[in-house]
This record gives sequence, C-alpha cells and structure tokens, in this order.
Amino acid sequence: MHADERKEAETIIRASGVNVRKCMKCGKCSATCPNFDEMDIHPHRFVSMVEEGDIFALMQSKSLWRCLSCFACVERCPRGVEPANLIEAVRLEVIRPLAGNRLRPEAIPALLDEKIPQQLIVSAFRKYSK
Amino acid sequence: MKFSYYPGCTLKTRAAELDVAARQAAEALGVIMEELPEWQCCGAVYPIARDELATRLSAVRALDGAKRLKNPLLTLCSACHHVIKRVNNDMQTDDDMRAKVNSYMDLDDPYSGETKVVHYLEMLRDEIGFDKIRERVTQPMKGRRISAYYGCMLLRPSTVMRFDNPENPSILEDFIAALGAEPIRYPYRNECCGGYISIEARDVAREMSRKIMNSAVKRGADTIITACPVCLYNLNENGTGEVPVVYFTELLAESLGVKEPEGGLVHAR
Ligand code: SF4
Ligand code: SF4
Repeated sequence: MHADERKEAETIIRASGVNVRKCMKCGKCSATCPNFDEMDIHPHRFVSMVEEGDIFALMQSKSLWRCLSCFACVERCPRGVEPANLIEAVRLEVIRPLAGNRLRPEAIPALLDEKIPQQLIVSAFRKYSK
Repeated sequence: MKFSYYPGCTLKTRAAELDVAARQAAEALGVIMEELPEWQCCGAVYPIARDELATRLSAVRALDGAKRLKNPLLTLCSACHHVIKRVNNDMQTDDDMRAKVNSYMDLDDPYSGETKVVHYLEMLRDEIGFDKIRERVTQPMKGRRISAYYGCMLLRPSTVMRFDNPENPSILEDFIAALGAEPIRYPYRNECCGGYISIEARDVAREMSRKIMNSAVKRGADTIITACPVCLYNLNENGTGEVPVVYFTELLAESLGVKEPEGGLVHAR
C-alpha cells in the first residue's frame, strides 16, 4: 500500500468512527440501499475496501455522489458498522482540498426552481462542497 | 405547556404553511411556542464525520439558547430535528467533541446536552396525547384516506432518534386517526425520497418519489402528509402528481377549525 493511501485510510477510519473489523460481510447494507442501482461501489464494499486500505479507488467512486445519507444501511446493519459514515469520510477527503468541490456556488442559480426549499439547497451544498 | 421553538430556514420561506399551521394549532391546544431568539440555520444535514466541529455549532447554539431559557426545544422540520437531536446526543456522549465545542464557544456555563429536544409530533403524542386531540377536533376528516410519509430523518438512526419503531412506525397513522380520517399504510412510507440528490441527479429523485407515491395511491390514499419540506418538494415535483402532498400541521389546523381561510396563505404547490 502506498504511504499516502495508508494515511488516507487512517484519516477515514478516524473521521468516520467506524470499526471495519466488526463487519461480518452479510451484505445487508447494500441490499437495503435505495440507491444501489446507481452505485459503482456498494456500501458493503466500502467497508471491505477501507479495511484493505484500497482508498484511491473509493475516492474515484460515483457512489460518493449517489449516497443519500438516508441511514438505511446504518439502521439495518446487524453489526452496527455504519457504512454511510465511511462514504461520508471518503467524500470529505475528496471535497476538502482546494478545488475539490463538486458543486460550485455559481452553478446553483441555474439548478433552482420556484418551489425548491432552502433546506434542499443547503443540504446539497453541505454534501457536495466545502 | 411552554417550549422554545426552532423554526429553521425553510419554515420562514418556502415551507411557511408548515410553520403557520403549527402555530395556529398549538394556540388552539394551549401550547406556547416561543420562538428562540437569534436562531441560525442548523445546516440541514447532520455532520457525520467526527472531525467536523464548525458545522455542529449552530445546533449547539440553539440547544444552549433553550437551556438558558429553561425550556425544552421544540422542532418541526424533520431535518432540523434530526440535526439538533443528533448533535445533542454528541454533546451528551462524546467527551472529545463536547470538550472541543465548549472550548470553542466559551460559554459561561458549558453545554453538555442538558436540553430536551422534542419534535412537534412527539409533543402531540407524549405531552398532549392523541386522545385529547381527538376530543378537540371540530371538523373531523370523515371519509378521507390519508397516507403518512415518514422519510428518513425522523426515524433513523433509531438508537439516537428514539422517535418511533424505525421499521414499522405508527405516530403519524395515530395522528391521522385522531383527526377522524382513515390512515392508509403502504410499504414505502419509511424509504428515502432522494433528498438532496434532486440537485445532483433529478431523475434519481423522480424514480424514488414515484415509487413512494404509487405505493400509497395503489392502496387508496387521497392525500399524503409529511413533516419535511424536502420530502414535500420531491413528492410533489418529482412524484406522479396523482395525489396532493401537504404538511401534517395543515390537516391539524383544519381539523381544529383554526386554519387560515383559503387565499390567506396559499400552499406553494
Ligand atoms: S450490513 Fe453491516 S455487517 Fe453486513 S456487510 Fe454491511 S457493514 Fe458488514
Ligand atoms: S446512507 Fe447512503 S449507502 Fe446507506 S443506504 Fe442510504 S443511500 Fe445507501
């Protein structure tokens, strides 16, 4: 494992508060994920890949922008692993560096309609930008 | 019964009807909702990462504000409730987080999660009681078939939210029954509407919202109710349009006979 990748893995484990060793690989988190079809790497794979230190691939994953923070995987994991917390921690590693933002403030006006609630814009901005 | 009330950003604007109807109904029920002075937006999403400090502070300020006023904190928007309740839990259980937040905020009296956070629905169920509400209803919703949409934020994670059974909730169905309508249960009531994905990939939100609405309509619902402005937006704008989606407080105010007459506050549908 690359030294930078090992460092990323440590940051992700610390920031997420997840103990990846608790996972028993049952796949329930992915089975219950409402956005499974839209993801290239599924929640249970996030757990295994963080355990293996395979972080750079996760940082490229489309799933970072498809997780809804619905907490279904967190609620239904029989081992209390909280896979969504790992997805969040990897996403933060991507958007925290300068120029890492997925959603830029200038892009927002074009995405709005008359009825869109502020809460939705704030949520998206918090999730896709730093 | 008195509460410090945290409205949140959206209830002052796009979701004004959620707020106005809640205040009208509370007044009729003898509940005092005293708006928290100088509240700030809660951030709309709970900062999951443990190294996120600044994004937790507005919730802590609201919690500490209620503590200083010696009131429980009443929430109404599902997302605000989720964020504030979970940050409060962090302040109760995470020593490291509590120490960092308190040294940053430098309050006269450090905050350690003393405030009780109560969602408006919990207030109806636990403080007033649905039986009492049933007695106060002057315009019962006879013949109406209403489906509750819970979404995610009120229920999960249940270890922290402790709102209701996360897989088979009943608080909104009991609420609907108290208003004299028939609650229509359906499988998708606690699945996600897509939330903020509407900004990133609207087609995804569309598919999810349609599944939810179809599921309720198939079982004969004529209306869907929710406590969340994002859920309402997604279901109304990205759903099938077959049935209207309204805030639960609108039905409450209507049943209690205190709702603003038509034309006063037009629903932003
Ligand atoms: S549900 Fe939990 S235990 Fe099962 S694979 Fe997912 S993270 Fe591992
Ligand atoms: S929180 Fe994300 S990964 Fe977990 S079930 Fe929801 S969408 Fe899927």
